[in-house]
Amino acid sequence: MSDDTKTPKSGTPKEQTAAEKVHEQVVAHETGRDATEPAVPRSNQIIKEIFGGSAAISVLAVFLALVFGGILIVLTDEAVAQASVYFFSRPGDTLVAMWDAVAGAYSALFRGSVFNYLRVDDLAVAIRPLTETLANATPLIAAGLGVALAFRVGLFNIGGRGQMLIAAAAAGYVGAYIPMPPVIHLLVALIIGLIGGALWGGLVGLLKARTGAHEVIVTIMLNYIAFYLVSFLLRTPGALQAPGQNNPKSGPILETAQFPPLLGDAYNLNLGFILVIVSTIYVWYLLNRSALGFRFRAVGENPHAARVAGIKVERVYVQVMLIAGALVGLAGVYQVLGNFTGGFASGLDASIGFDAITVALLGRSKPWGVFFAGILFGALKAGSYTMQASEGIPVDIVLVVQSFIVLFIAAPPLVRSIFRLPTPDPLFQWRTPKFARTAEVTK
Amino acid sequence: MTITTRKRALGGIALLGASALVLAGCAAAPEETPEETAALDYTPCIVSDAGGWDDKSFNEAALDGMEEAAAELGVEYVAVESADENAYEPNVQQLVDQGCDLIVTVGFLLAEATTNAAAANPDIKFAIIDEFIDAPNVKPIQFNTVEAAFLAGYVAASYSETGVVGTFGGIPIPPVTIFMDGFVQGVEYYNSEKGTSVQALGWDLAGQTGAFTGGFAPGTEALTTAQGLIDQNADVLLPVGGPIYFSAAEAIRDSGRSIALMGVDKDIFVSDPDIADLVLTSVLKNIATAVYDVVTGAATGEFDSAPYVGTLENGGVGIAEFHDFESAVDSELAGEIEALIAGIIDGSIEVTSPASPGQ
Repeated sequence: MSDDTKTPKSGTPKEQTAAEKVHEQVVAHETGRDATEPAVPRSNQIIKEIFGGSAAISVLAVFLALVFGGILIVLTDEAVAQASVYFFSRPGDTLVAMWDAVAGAYSALFRGSVFNYLRVDDLAVAIRPLTETLANATPLIAAGLGVALAFRVGLFNIGGRGQMLIAAAAAGYVGAYIPMPPVIHLLVALIIGLIGGALWGGLVGLLKARTGAHEVIVTIMLNYIAFYLVSFLLRTPGALQAPGQNNPKSGPILETAQFPPLLGDAYNLNLGFILVIVSTIYVWYLLNRSALGFRFRAVGENPHAARVAGIKVERVYVQVMLIAGALVGLAGVYQVLGNFTGGFASGLDASIGFDAITVALLGRSKPWGVFFAGILFGALKAGSYTMQASEGIPVDIVLVVQSFIVLFIAAPPLVRSIFRLPTPDPLFQWRTPKFARTAEVTK
Repeated sequence: MTITTRKRALGGIALLGASALVLAGCAAAPEETPEETAALDYTPCIVSDAGGWDDKSFNEAALDGMEEAAAELGVEYVAVESADENAYEPNVQQLVDQGCDLIVTVGFLLAEATTNAAAANPDIKFAIIDEFIDAPNVKPIQFNTVEAAFLAGYVAASYSETGVVGTFGGIPIPPVTIFMDGFVQGVEYYNSEKGTSVQALGWDLAGQTGAFTGGFAPGTEALTTAQGLIDQNADVLLPVGGPIYFSAAEAIRDSGRSIALMGVDKDIFVSDPDIADLVLTSVLKNIATAVYDVVTGAATGEFDSAPYVGTLENGGVGIAEFHDFESAVDSELAGEIEALIAGIIDGSIEVTSPASPGQ
């Protein structure tokens, strides 16, 4: 990404005409090449490189992951293994078995996540999978936004689990044990939960700003603290444990604090999905239209340069982690008020805090990218249950597909070489000004 | 240059693959056989909790019981594994959609999903392990393990030469702490009978707190917890919680002392020959048998919602043989255990735990 790679190598400066020199100076100025920038920290650069790829890379990475998943399904399928023993006397059997395995798996994935075409007679049942996909996507999008926002400031927020747990415990306590009138109860529980997540996230920002502690280490350690703290509360009578029982599980969330269903009781889709749409719009607005978001992006591009420009970088770290924590917290609140309404246990985060990192990567840390990446992962999750129950495909295969997606996204050159895509413009930057590119072309 | 190498490498891989296929694919094709029809139109199904099928504990045991029952009945069963807590509800729902006749759910974590599905599908039978659900189509399968663990505590106290025995658990949940309750009570009973003062470490009966590793995975936590007990001179260890006994066995081997290990759930002398030489005995919790009984019973229409509670009396819980330790234990111990079992069954010896079913 260094600047001199694009300097014209043809001929020595002496041979250049005066006009060419002027033109080059203009281009250099417009593209910002002539500015003497402070060195960009390595972590900011890595994040920028990963997100530098185009949306096409995301799509191709998903496609490749599905192909690899298919290969794994074939390799682990029993019918294929049985038929391949006599491959040379009747190769057709093996091929048919292979086709059956892959087609069966991916059609089950479709049936479980989009439309159950086996039940077209009953439309209410047939469209249930789509609502399941959206319900599964809800916490992934919320947490994904929190991780993505931190990414845009150059912070790796690995603390999704802790932020979810604290938010869930706070919202769950209010929701289960403090009776209040309808509507108010839900709002209070929601807000208390978001504050819980925000504080747990903001603590990370504060530690980084004040002491320089690295956010990766701090967030991971805070995950453990949150997990054992919530586990302790869940088995302490009078704290979160349901009265009159021994299991480390909370009491049921009161009716007044539950997220109301959007499409009736037959479906799991609830108010949470509306909240993540609102959150997505909010994050989009924050990043692209607000002064605060401008500061966020400036620090993400280069904190040293941002400081020179007069931005209080430390304050930005705290601000972004507060907001990111609240967004991840929304996922935790959704889990208790919308998903485990019968009472929650310490595994309530269901590894969403980590899946959110994948979602943020796949969505290239752009709000709507995260939104659709979340829906894709929600679909994979919803479909995985059908794949397992009807085709006997282990859940691990779906996890492998997800992991392949991350692998291919983290390695754009690999995807490019597989599909023989051209290497992108080395000058490419986030939001490269259009005119700068035009200047290059007209030269 | 690089291209040639890559091509050569790919060629090599292709050749390897092809030869593997040639070697593997030479068998004769089987004759076409007409589709076999299942003798019985009955599909039993089972859902694991997040521990997974290979947890060396109740998920695995429940699946064993299901496998055996399905083989006996000559039917196909469907087993789904839950990757995380979000999977419980959808997994149970999927099995309902698959047309299962009986759905066994493993563990209290699935209680909510089971309750909801049972209420929505009164025609489908359910069974849940280690939890009580009050519904006409749900059979709770529970175990009063405290009775069997009491025997283990007695054996440990009798065997111990240092006068110190120890236990530790995975996570403080009732199916775990019930073992520790029984173990400590057994040691206390031995002391009051024999006038000894054997100490039981790792569990405070009155305060209901003790040593836990924080999870059901073998590893550093389990190893250091076991080492901690060994350092306090314990010479009998009862690790409660699936595979954490691996780490306890490792700690025993590291110490180089003669320390006896006790297993839980199944006879680990039989199931894990690698550590068989360390095993004094095991506290048996016959989940597999209970699942087998419920699955085969439901196939013939014998199903009710009365809780199955495994006790010493009905053989649902018990204590394994001493195997290699037969000669090491007190010669009168076997007889004393027989007497204790009789006493617990007729109620003359009272063994209770806050975690007992129905408490």
